[in-house]
Amino acid sequence: MSTQASRSAARLMISPSVILLFLWMAVPLGMTIWFSFQRYNLLMPGQGGFVGWDNYYYFLTDPAFFTALINTLVLVGGVLLITVFGGILLALLLDQPIFGQGIVRVLVIAPFFVMPTVSALVWKNMLYNPVNGIFAYLAKAIGLQPYDFLAHAPMLSITIIVAWQWLPFATLILLTALQSLDSEQLEAAEMDGAGALSRFFYIMLPHLARAATVVILIQTIFLLSTFAEILVTTNGGPGNASTTLTYLVYVQSLLQFDVGGGAAGGVVAVILANIVAIFLMRMIGKNLEA
Amino acid sequence: MARKISNRRRVIMTVIAWALAFVIFFPILWTIILSFKTEGNAIKAPWDVLTSAWTFDSYHVVQERSNYFRHFMNSVVISFGSTLLALVIAIPSAWAMAFVPGKRTKDVLMWMLSTKMMPAVGVLVPIYLMFRDWGLLDTRTGLVIVLCLMNLPIVIWMLFTYFKEIPKDILEAARMDGATLGGEILYVLTPMAVPGIASTLLLNVILAWNEAFWTLNLTAAKAAPLTAFIAAYSSPEGLFYAKLSAASTLAIAPILILGWFSQKQLVRGLTFGAVK
Repeated sequence: MSTQASRSAARLMISPSVILLFLWMAVPLGMTIWFSFQRYNLLMPGQGGFVGWDNYYYFLTDPAFFTALINTLVLVGGVLLITVFGGILLALLLDQPIFGQGIVRVLVIAPFFVMPTVSALVWKNMLYNPVNGIFAYLAKAIGLQPYDFLAHAPMLSITIIVAWQWLPFATLILLTALQSLDSEQLEAAEMDGAGALSRFFYIMLPHLARAATVVILIQTIFLLSTFAEILVTTNGGPGNASTTLTYLVYVQSLLQFDVGGGAAGGVVAVILANIVAIFLMRMIGKNLEA
Repeated sequence: MARKISNRRRVIMTVIAWALAFVIFFPILWTIILSFKTEGNAIKAPWDVLTSAWTFDSYHVVQERSNYFRHFMNSVVISFGSTLLALVIAIPSAWAMAFVPGKRTKDVLMWMLSTKMMPAVGVLVPIYLMFRDWGLLDTRTGLVIVLCLMNLPIVIWMLFTYFKEIPKDILEAARMDGATLGGEILYVLTPMAVPGIASTLLLNVILAWNEAFWTLNLTAAKAAPLTAFIAAYSSPEGLFYAKLSAASTLAIAPILILGWFSQKQLVRGLTFGAVK
């Protein structure tokens, strides 16, 4: 069916998206790399020129970078831990025959559709606030001192907000995977006398491993770019206690107008994200073969 | 099987599931409740909030003071505009790759996906400077372009997985029956492609509606969509819980409803077909 004519027609149909995506990726990324070797501060337009690896040197040796790197790992790792374990438990629960399953599912999935700025502000004010927040009232009700979450444990607080947003995603994917499990296999195991626990560990868990890997990889890509939640809750503070890599680059380039330094940070972020991306791409690529 | 045991188990599971669902949904529920309270009542203890009077005041105030409707329209224009533009570009591509696959189709698809892996912050500086020089900062046009390109790989991938499922035999059957190329596309292919295109539209509108990196960094007042408008509440003056709740409820309600319809597509779209 694929004649020469249809081949070239196909090429013509594909080319707009290829060209646009290439421009979208190559031009800004090329500029970022270029800027990262320049002295370029928007506040000092006169000064410029090639500075070699200076921007990288200053960015990587800045104590804020180390803090940001740790914070990024804490955020990504914490959210992954909560969402994958919580997601497996919730998926197992939602897979059971329960009354009102449809409604429960809808309620559990809801946080994923809440825009990041709304969820961050709702948690900050209605829940975490040490004076008027729900947590403060609950603490007082059982005789404890209210705790200022965002001031004293900013990374933990932000991790919880982001985990709340991503838990539905993990649950939904793990549930989809669970439902594709062959029920005959489980029944056969039950007939052979396998208990609920061994059925879970020897049949369900291996089956879920693939879906869990997909969840981990995709979430990591998105979590590395967490921005709005930090901006509206703590602004990266107190000090830089909740500054992540993404936030640090934002501060450097758009608040301190240090384009060169920010660009160097951007390149570092791209490299880190690509390490994860390679693994993800391999998994998806394998799936495409099948 | 033992019916009695499974019924008891069902009740226990139901209770646990509903309790957990309530906890997870609570922040949203509480926001909706506070939006119908006065500012004075909204900061009372939770049990006093529930028994206080209900009112629509906050909704009126939000519209009057902040021109809520304009930001809402910005969100509509930006999310639908960027998605429709992406669809126009993506449909021919996905179509060609699904129906006339070449040797390099797979490589092209994987490469497109890889552009999605680039963290936005890596290109923040050049995009910001280009937008500044071209006068695109704080314009709807600028955001439509950026969000369109950002979501293009997902749009192409989703369409591709849907189109690939359309049986090719049906085309030949139509041709045998004497259908012209135009007739083929209009009467045979389009009806089969519409559900896939609709799902793609739905999921990407949701993603664009909630996008909060570019919308926050590239807009100020004029073109700010709801994400950026709500962010302005992070430095409040005086009592604002009820107003924040009303604005938030309005901002999330449409997408919450759309989202509940798109559960299935969500899994498929966001895992790039790796989990179906």
